Amino acid sequence: MTTTVSAPTVATRQNAWQHHHVLDLDDFTVAEIETVLNLADRMREVLDRRIARVPALRGFTVVNLFYEPSTRTRVSFELAGKVLGADVISVSANTSSVAKGESLIDTVRTLRAMRTDAIVMRHAISGAPYLAAQHTDASIINAGDGAHAHPTQALLDLYTIRSRLGAIAGKRVVMVGDIAHSRVARSDMWGLAAMGADVVLCGPPTLMPRGLRPGDRPAHAESALPRVTIETDIDRAIEGADVVMALRLQSERQQGGLLPSLHEYAQMYQVTEARLARAHPNHVLMHPGPKNEGIEIAGSVAAGGHSIIEEQVTNGVAIRMALLYLLSGRTDLPGDGEARA
Amino acid sequence: MVSAPLLDTTGVRRTLRRLAHEIVEANQGVDSLVLVGIQRGGAILARRLADDIEAIEGTRPGLGALDITLHRDDLDRRHPTPLPSVLPDIEGKTVVIVDDVLMTGRTIRAAMDALNDYGRPSAVRLAVLVDRGHRELPIRADMVGKNIPTAREDDVRVLLEEEDGRDAVVILPGRIDS
Repeated sequence: MTTTVSAPTVATRQNAWQHHHVLDLDDFTVAEIETVLNLADRMREVLDRRIARVPALRGFTVVNLFYEPSTRTRVSFELAGKVLGADVISVSANTSSVAKGESLIDTVRTLRAMRTDAIVMRHAISGAPYLAAQHTDASIINAGDGAHAHPTQALLDLYTIRSRLGAIAGKRVVMVGDIAHSRVARSDMWGLAAMGADVVLCGPPTLMPRGLRPGDRPAHAESALPRVTIETDIDRAIEGADVVMALRLQSERQQGGLLPSLHEYAQMYQVTEARLARAHPNHVLMHPGPKNEGIEIAGSVAAGGHSIIEEQVTNGVAIRMALLYLLSGRTDLPGDGEARA
Repeated sequence: MVSAPLLDTTGVRRTLRRLAHEIVEANQGVDSLVLVGIQRGGAILARRLADDIEAIEGTRPGLGALDITLHRDDLDRRHPTPLPSVLPDIEGKTVVIVDDVLMTGRTIRAAMDALNDYGRPSAVRLAVLVDRGHRELPIRADMVGKNIPTAREDDVRVLLEEEDGRDAVVILPGRIDS
């Protein structure tokens, strides 16, 4: 299989794409990831037009079903659908029949009965979108499930890194912070590792996921987990980094006894200008948002010259446009959509 | 089997030069002229026409490329990745849409829709290398390289050196199963 990145010709315009749902990146091939990233380039062009509105998804209905609060992801999906001409409806769980006790399965079945084509779902419980996908033939897009996965964020991160640094393979990408509770970090790990990045996870041992803590990698780790390096010392982690990604520290973690204090955490793991001096001179700084400035990231760094946080937000719309566009096309190969998530 | 080409290399180049003259004449010069080629074949032809017009008039017209994938009304199968769209300012300009083969007119309708998202030209014209009939929309080309009456199921191909290694217009007879 050829994986042409630039100047596609007629022969390579047929996309590598097998998915009916987007649940996580662990079952994406490199060719599929590249299809999404290349398509996002075209979607950025559409966003830059004087009138950013094309009719490609006319008659396609997207429902944003959010069981957890969200601003950027929900608005990003709404804009993505609307720019492509789809009908987009957003429901939040506290104003819907969910508040009356309707089950997740009932809800997705009801939405499908109304001819919804795609359901963008955020849920506090890991795996909830997988359950939904088993009970509807609408496309399910995981917009964040518990601490498990956030594949559209990972794709926009990959896209932003590629468009800023020209490539992903061989780049040293350091994620700093609460890895254990971060669905962004989990999906990013799969995507970055697949694309050949050198992934470094940095944070206190109590905030490292089980199986990745120093000394407790299981024997099957090489095959079951993406290839990553653990480094608990932030200065060593950032040394020579091309990408530094700060992750949000959820303040409720302190009550859980995982941290002595937020102040101490900030002392040891805050991404600061002094620490970034060890990174590659052309490094970029990322954050999936929402940020706690003064805790995991210094305000001056978030607003500094290396920060591409706002670019991540803009690129998020393009990535979600690309995914909706791919999901709205039929995958004509026999058996797909069932065998593959 | 491919029959003898309807236009060979010389024929394609001669036809393009004539179209270049016609475009300049209709526009009374190169002022505020923008050629917009439809990806893929039309974009290549627009670049060639711009070269020819520059050779004739000494001034290069504006040049753009437009992909209309996201504007098609028949997007129902596996969706292809569009090619780049790169347009100069078209506000108040005379835009000549350039395409290789005109048939149903649906591509041109989509291209006119797409152009509207970039600005409001003072006029939009259409130049095609081949018009093969079978229109499904009320659309007509202003400048035509060659009229080729065909059966609906025939496959008319414009081969271009940049993509195919040689210039030619060929007809592949329709198969019953197509």
